[in-house]
Amino acid sequence: MPNLKDLKNRIASVKSTRKITKAMQMVAAAKLRRAQDAAEAARPYAERFNAVMGGLAASAAGSPSAPKLLSGTGSDQTHLLVVMTAERGLCGGFNGNIAKLARLKAQELLAAGKTVKILTVGKKGRDAIKRELGEHFVGHVDLTEVKRVGYADAQGIAKDVLGRFDAGEFDVATLFFARFENVVTQHPTALQVIPATFEETEDESTLYDYEPSEEAILADLLPRGVATQVFTALLENAASEQGARMSAMDNATRNAGEMIDKLTIEFNRSRQAVITNELIEIISGAEAL
Amino acid sequence: MANLQFDLVSPERRLASVEATEVQIPGADGDMTAMANHAPTITTLRPGVLRVIHSGGTDEYVVVGGFAEITADSVSVLAESALPRDEVTQEVYDGMIAEAKAAHDNAKEVFKNEPGPVDDAAKLIADMVAVGGHIGLTANN
Repeated sequence: MPNLKDLKNRIASVKSTRKITKAMQMVAAAKLRRAQDAAEAARPYAERFNAVMGGLAASAAGSPSAPKLLSGTGSDQTHLLVVMTAERGLCGGFNGNIAKLARLKAQELLAAGKTVKILTVGKKGRDAIKRELGEHFVGHVDLTEVKRVGYADAQGIAKDVLGRFDAGEFDVATLFFARFENVVTQHPTALQVIPATFEETEDESTLYDYEPSEEAILADLLPRGVATQVFTALLENAASEQGARMSAMDNATRNAGEMIDKLTIEFNRSRQAVITNELIEIISGAEAL
Repeated sequence: MANLQFDLVSPERRLASVEATEVQIPGADGDMTAMANHAPTITTLRPGVLRVIHSGGTDEYVVVGGFAEITADSVSVLAESALPRDEVTQEVYDGMIAEAKAAHDNAKEVFKNEPGPVDDAAKLIADMVAVGGHIGLTANN
């Protein structure tokens, strides 16, 4: 049986762990609210943008002069996987799930004889897939210094991706991130951004006048579309990360509480055993006289 | 007079949503004013001043990049970056100019043999300087 001093120390240590996880949970909750607000605020832009692009893309898709960002390069030999994860750990399965999805996709592509290139955003995902797919890495975007993701960050990533596309480094680009469902569920998602895909809009399409020309607008907007999609993904990811951390820390706090209860019972039992022992010694000593 | 619904959104937030009587838009091919029953139009924007006239007065925004979608009863401006005119101080404006210049220098370096992107970047600077003229700020060189 462990002695009393040891038990006391363990209880104290678990208690301070619980304090930390509790604090982290509360911080994550506050950050989650902010991340959700940011995602909410960005929604109108993304929705309008995709609606307009959907209409434009549908009319341009058939024409042979459609931009490469829309129609693709005509091959799908080289794939760029943009794996977006968090900069920090301690958020449950969040980073692991995204990395797993990306890894499966990469293995599937490799098995099909395709070339895979990986661009990582956030160091946790990079660490998670480095061992297996390290030789496919072509770049890394560090967001450690960024407190709140802004559109400028998304533009930076998009510029990097588009630069590589223009240089003919890949044919198809896919984003990997976690879509925020609610605090307990985040879905790891793969979204193809190049060639661009837009949801078909169901509503009746108005015939627009285009200024300058339809092609010029499309050529101008497609790169912005990539930035918009990256930005949406970043925001979804930020909200998912905080949600995942919140529930992970909630679990940790509860586990620490259970452990403290168990240890306290054990501590009380040991103390009682010591007292009983002492009493037995005293009584039997007195009887011997 | 009939009104139209005006929305100004940037990627990060919705800046304005009001009933307007007319909206002056700095289109890529020239300024245009949209009023109710305008023909449906989509136009890209050049950096410039967006003017919204509504029952409560006139609002002005400095917008850079993006596009506007005009229908008979609404105008939606999706700007890459947009600021209310009051928030564009000399400091902010200097930052925007510096950014345009950096983009120009970068374009000159990357596209040595292609005049297209370099000219685009030069036009961006010229547009930015023109914006300064509109809102009473001057570009420091």
